[in-house]
Amino acid sequence: MILTSSQISTSRRLLGLFAVLIALTAAVAVLGVILGMISSFVANGGTSLSWSFLSEFPRNNNTEGGIWPALAGTTFLVLLMTILGVPIGTATAIYLTEFAKQDSWFARSVRFAVNTLAGVPSIVFGLFGVGFFIQFMGGGIDSWLGTSSFGDGSLLWSSATLAVLTLPVVIVSVEEALRAVPRDLREASLALGATRWQTIIKVVIPNAVTGILTGSILAVGRGAGEVAAILFVGVTYSSEVLPSNVTEKFMHLGYHLFVLSTQSPDVDKTLPLQYATTLVLLGLTFLLNLTAILIRSRLRKR
Amino acid sequence: MAKEYPVKIEAHNFNFHYGAKQALFNINLSIPERRVTAFIGPSGCGKSTFLRSMNRMNDLIDGTRVDGHMTIDGVDVYSKDVDVVTLRRRVGMVFQKSIPFPKSIYENITYGLTLNDKVTKTELDHIVESSLRKSALWEEVKDRLHHSAQGLSGGQQQRLCIARAVAINPEILLMDEPCSALDPISTGKVEELITELKDSYTIVLVTHNMQQAGRVSDYTGFFLMGSLIEFDRTRTLFTSPAKKETEDYITGRFG
Repeated sequence: MILTSSQISTSRRLLGLFAVLIALTAAVAVLGVILGMISSFVANGGTSLSWSFLSEFPRNNNTEGGIWPALAGTTFLVLLMTILGVPIGTATAIYLTEFAKQDSWFARSVRFAVNTLAGVPSIVFGLFGVGFFIQFMGGGIDSWLGTSSFGDGSLLWSSATLAVLTLPVVIVSVEEALRAVPRDLREASLALGATRWQTIIKVVIPNAVTGILTGSILAVGRGAGEVAAILFVGVTYSSEVLPSNVTEKFMHLGYHLFVLSTQSPDVDKTLPLQYATTLVLLGLTFLLNLTAILIRSRLRKR
Repeated sequence: MAKEYPVKIEAHNFNFHYGAKQALFNINLSIPERRVTAFIGPSGCGKSTFLRSMNRMNDLIDGTRVDGHMTIDGVDVYSKDVDVVTLRRRVGMVFQKSIPFPKSIYENITYGLTLNDKVTKTELDHIVESSLRKSALWEEVKDRLHHSAQGLSGGQQQRLCIARAVAINPEILLMDEPCSALDPISTGKVEELITELKDSYTIVLVTHNMQQAGRVSDYTGFFLMGSLIEFDRTRTLFTSPAKKETEDYITGRFG
């Protein structure tokens, strides 16, 4: 057998080299774009970023002051969204992996619905929120209780809309986590006389808790950056107070950015504020992803 | 067959289907009480399926179907009024892969006990010790009961799984190739254990290892392609098998 490189023609060797070069260039380009973006935000927004920027209310028609209500509003929104969405998503995933017959039409329809949900543009979720949550549910509650606070956009309905939007993320990642629990562990538990529920509560979920947490954090990350879905369901242009309950309107970092860059009377004047807000939003997303990674590696070690 | 001892488990015209594929054909046999009964046969012959039919572990697989009868103490385990959880508490099982729960040794043993009943701490301590003694593990682990069970060696883990099954005080112990992942020394310990446990439990053992069946069992059944070819006293089956297929298999001319 001849093992020298003369067996391969020069043109084929060049072609291989060329392919590697293209792939490498693409990878470097992606990294470059991301680093470029981040450094531009840091360079332009870093100077405006200060404790007062984070802790003050906006002043003078959003052209001065800080982003405190937007930061707080985003946090409230995401927390409430998690409380509403993660339990439902987890329960759905438990049903799909532990109870449903895998090829039954019902399980298949649920999966189809989840996949479709994941591909729906977020503005459509916003419209759904208006129609279903605000008008149908909120209006219904109002006429039932004789109140007037539910039939309008609010923190509550925005969170509910985002919970629906992030449902596919939660369901898919929790399902994956549950499936990763070895079948043998389930069988060992059942063979000791545990019921299905006892097996799920005592063996399956404790072993999938990493995946469930990671899924929730990914959903939070997705929800925190979402603007289009909450446009019509409760986000507000500017506010001088924090929402005092869930039926009030709120400010949001992503929407604030949109407002600063398109709706401001003096866009140029707000440019440093835009950069700084972007930096905060990026930092928040980064922090969430970092938390997810840390939790995962921490629990994996155990 | 097995007339010398009271019958514990009995299969009568037992058939088993995975969807459209039939895995067991018309099995008839009686398993004696407080003896060790082994099933041997090549991979895919149905011996594990038959074992898992006794505590209805196969119920967990979608699309399975049985007909015929499988009785324990004369009660058909597939009849409608049998509660499968109660059944599994009476019929313990040890699996091929020793897979302790990712909990402490102590919690592994008490898992089955605390599921339905309120048991006092003193009782639990007592059962943990006696189960670990029965499975010959007490001396090795008594100082680290609250450490993770996953720190044990493979052989210790398998004995822990036996202790875990014994702790809920079943009448029958099903063992599905319990030594196939163990080294010879651990295998020896588990086999010794099986011999000791048969005074208190009816043991049914599936094994790939014919020497093992010969060493520990009183009765042996030979399965081939979903049928029970022969069932007899272990010594009889290994020294003077009645069927040609059995002889071919145990002399190594097959599979």
